[in-house]
Amino acid sequence: MARVIFRWTVLTVMGVFFLLPLVAMVEFSTRDPRTWPLLLDWPRLSTEYPALAEGILASLAQAALTSVLMLVLLVPTAIWVRLRLPRLRRVVEFLCLLPLTIPAIVLVVGLAPVYAWVNYFLGGSSLTLVFAYTVLVLPYAYRAIDTGLSAIDVQTLAEAARGLGAGWATVIWRVVLPNIRSAVLSAAFLTVALVLGEFTIASLLHRTNLQVAIEFLGKSSATVSVAVSLTALLLAFALLLVLSLVGTRSKEKSP
Amino acid sequence: MRTLARSTAATLAAVTIIALTGACAPPEKETEASTSGAATATSAGALGGMDALIAEAKKEGRLNVIALPPNWANYGEIIKAFGAKYGIEVDSAQPDGSSQDEINAANQLRGQDTAPDVFDLGASVAAANVAMFAPYKVEKFDEIPAGLKDPGGAWANDYGGYMSIGYDSAKVPAPATVADLLKPAYKGKVALNGDPTQAGAAFGGVQMASLANGGTVEDIKNGVDFFGSLKKAGNFLPVDPSPATIESGQTPVVFDWDYLNAAQSKKMPSWKVFVPAGAVLGSYYVQAINKDAPHPAAARLWQEFLYSDEGQNLWLKGGARPVRADAMQKAGTIDATAFAALPKVEGDVVIPTEAQNTKAKEYLTANWTKAVG
Amino acid sequence: MAEVAPRRVAGRSRPRGGALLGAVPFFAFVTIFLIIPTLTVVIGAFTGDGGRGFTPANVRALADDHILAAFGRSITLSAASAVIGAVLGAVLAYALVTARPHGLLRRVVTAAAGVLAQFGGVTLAFAFLATIGLSGFVTLWLQEHGLDPYARGVWLFELPGLTLVYTYFQIPLMVIVFLPALDGIRPQWREATDSLGGNTWHYWTRVAGPLLAPAFLGSALLLFANAFSAYATAAALVSQGSPIVPLQIRGALTSEVVLGQANLGKAMALGMVVVVAVVMTLYSLLESRTAKWLG
Repeated sequence: MARVIFRWTVLTVMGVFFLLPLVAMVEFSTRDPRTWPLLLDWPRLSTEYPALAEGILASLAQAALTSVLMLVLLVPTAIWVRLRLPRLRRVVEFLCLLPLTIPAIVLVVGLAPVYAWVNYFLGGSSLTLVFAYTVLVLPYAYRAIDTGLSAIDVQTLAEAARGLGAGWATVIWRVVLPNIRSAVLSAAFLTVALVLGEFTIASLLHRTNLQVAIEFLGKSSATVSVAVSLTALLLAFALLLVLSLVGTRSKEKSP
Repeated sequence: MRTLARSTAATLAAVTIIALTGACAPPEKETEASTSGAATATSAGALGGMDALIAEAKKEGRLNVIALPPNWANYGEIIKAFGAKYGIEVDSAQPDGSSQDEINAANQLRGQDTAPDVFDLGASVAAANVAMFAPYKVEKFDEIPAGLKDPGGAWANDYGGYMSIGYDSAKVPAPATVADLLKPAYKGKVALNGDPTQAGAAFGGVQMASLANGGTVEDIKNGVDFFGSLKKAGNFLPVDPSPATIESGQTPVVFDWDYLNAAQSKKMPSWKVFVPAGAVLGSYYVQAINKDAPHPAAARLWQEFLYSDEGQNLWLKGGARPVRADAMQKAGTIDATAFAALPKVEGDVVIPTEAQNTKAKEYLTANWTKAVG
Repeated sequence: MAEVAPRRVAGRSRPRGGALLGAVPFFAFVTIFLIIPTLTVVIGAFTGDGGRGFTPANVRALADDHILAAFGRSITLSAASAVIGAVLGAVLAYALVTARPHGLLRRVVTAAAGVLAQFGGVTLAFAFLATIGLSGFVTLWLQEHGLDPYARGVWLFELPGLTLVYTYFQIPLMVIVFLPALDGIRPQWREATDSLGGNTWHYWTRVAGPLLAPAFLGSALLLFANAFSAYATAAALVSQGSPIVPLQIRGALTSEVVLGQANLGKAMALGMVVVVAVVMTLYSLLESRTAKWLG
């Protein structure tokens, strides 16, 4: 009984602490009655706050592209390293965990000369941030994919497929990938959450994205910027809730 | 295992070499712009006159500007007027950027179509980067006072103002001197436009406070101490003032350039501006053309526009002092009502030299965080 | 005749070079976008201003008063938010672990923790400005009831304020990182303590406590590294003064008042990497100890 009381007291107190800013955001954004109708009206929003509209579109594109680049880079590499280069597994793991030790603010200091070359080849659009974002997402994505690969017997699957005459592309795309679907989805969701919340690199490399646009907006309209922040937060929460439900369901499905 | 160690060492060595060479910039893109005549023209005459310049600029069709907030000295209207007059599309990047951000962008985007064409810089950043400017003398170059331009035409001052104190007369009593701001009536109300170790406008604010408290623009101890006392009294508000905070009443007293405070007055009738007597710190901002501008003719036309009578009067409309004010007054082309509406100043105008600024900055870096942090 | 039959294991018959080729895209990408920037920072920290020659001047400048003070404040902020986050997060995690393992409550709270842990940056700063900013919801409510939270100065934009804002993402991060360790507690240990005549106090101080200590400390270290590296929240909240190192680095790169500091910025970045590397090394050492008992 004491445990239940303890649990609910703690949860209530913490709940109040964590929900209070969200409630405050709702209250603050509704101080100006025009805020929410404007936010939900995309054509009007893009004319009145073009920088915000640009930031939102840039962030959505960056999230999608980073997920794709991350998957294209990590899934084949993780599978390949497991099957053919087991000695390099430690190296790959170390490299994937390195971004945790190199804060984004440090990375961006060193990225300036690299991005001078990226600008030279690909132009200066905000979408080129995808390369930096993939680096940021490596630790989380690699861990998710690696966990997924550990759960299935990649060696046997690959040998069986190769024995039946499949090429490596078929092995990766049609044999292994469908079996690690939930891990891949999990990695993709984590990527999207991270990219939507990223500010440091975009701001210091002078590109635009959602967070940069919100910060800039804060200088001219406090209520709209708070409303956008709240929306972004709620969307991210919905996303991760879906992820946790999908993840749990597939755990219950597999033998 | 030894092969792994050896190959790792080899890779690391290779990567280090790449990093060292990669630190150098990528090759410049050979664009049409860099080889056209406009890229090296040092005056409109060199291109065959103003009409030829206008034609070249129209052919280019675009102008990239950077770090020009629309409510900074009326830049919004100036950009629109230029675009409408010549049919050239103006792309305004990073309106919130600092002068250093402009130089960084020019370096990062060198050779790109999106690189900035022109710069609007504070004096210090301009002085440190003269090698990046293309010399060009506008038609009215001779009317710019001698001390306010580079004799070779690499840069010239364009508009300026004095450091002022703006306040909301509906929320706080009118201060008569800077020292008044230490009174309890201003508790939690006084803001500085930016961090003086980062933004030129805030740095000017500290210099002005120094002048007002018996110091100089070089020895700013009194200015830093003033803000320290302001902080101790609880009057200093560590919030970045913006139109949003001023209108919502969060920052009722703001140290800022007089033209920026004047722009606020237009939006809010209760916002008053005053330049303290005997503490008149003046500063001009500098215009320059990027040597590697992707649209050189448009860049030069922009400069012509900014220094023309029309451009200079648009600065006046924004509450800034145009650099050709004296010459235009004599010629009668100045907008007399706007000129008369500028805040009155009492006392000698002090425009700090680079040497004085450097000494002040050394003191500031070492002591600002201690006083205000 | 001893003949060695060719080994027909999948992949072994191919030359090793071909196998390495498959990993090239990954290694090339990581080299360009992670290794080279890191090396740029390390090499740049020892380069003189203007790109000439090797000089320890910038690294030595780290010992300047105002930079040392910034490191001190960064460490204080990170330590304070880590300790508060660790303690409160551990309590919350324990409350969660007593609930049903796959129940709705635990799933919702874990998902919320996942979001809030990533919820740093600009959105968090604005959330707090809306809550206890100068015209925030709670501020106005308190002022209406006669209490002015800012009577003694505006602390929200300084270290106390930053500590409060940081705990908002530190507590959820602690829940995420510490929950697996709490899950590793076996009910047999409680039963064993009880059967040997111990009570709750004995259980916590002699059994569960020492077993959870490495996990707790490791998680606290992770929180420290997380707070130390954070930039976006402080950048959006603090506009006057650069109290912490990431903001000092931003100033070194973009200040239009104090110029020529790009390499000093790299030196400060190198300092940050050293601090975080030390913390992460301690964390991985503690992790391996944790895995022994609770893995």
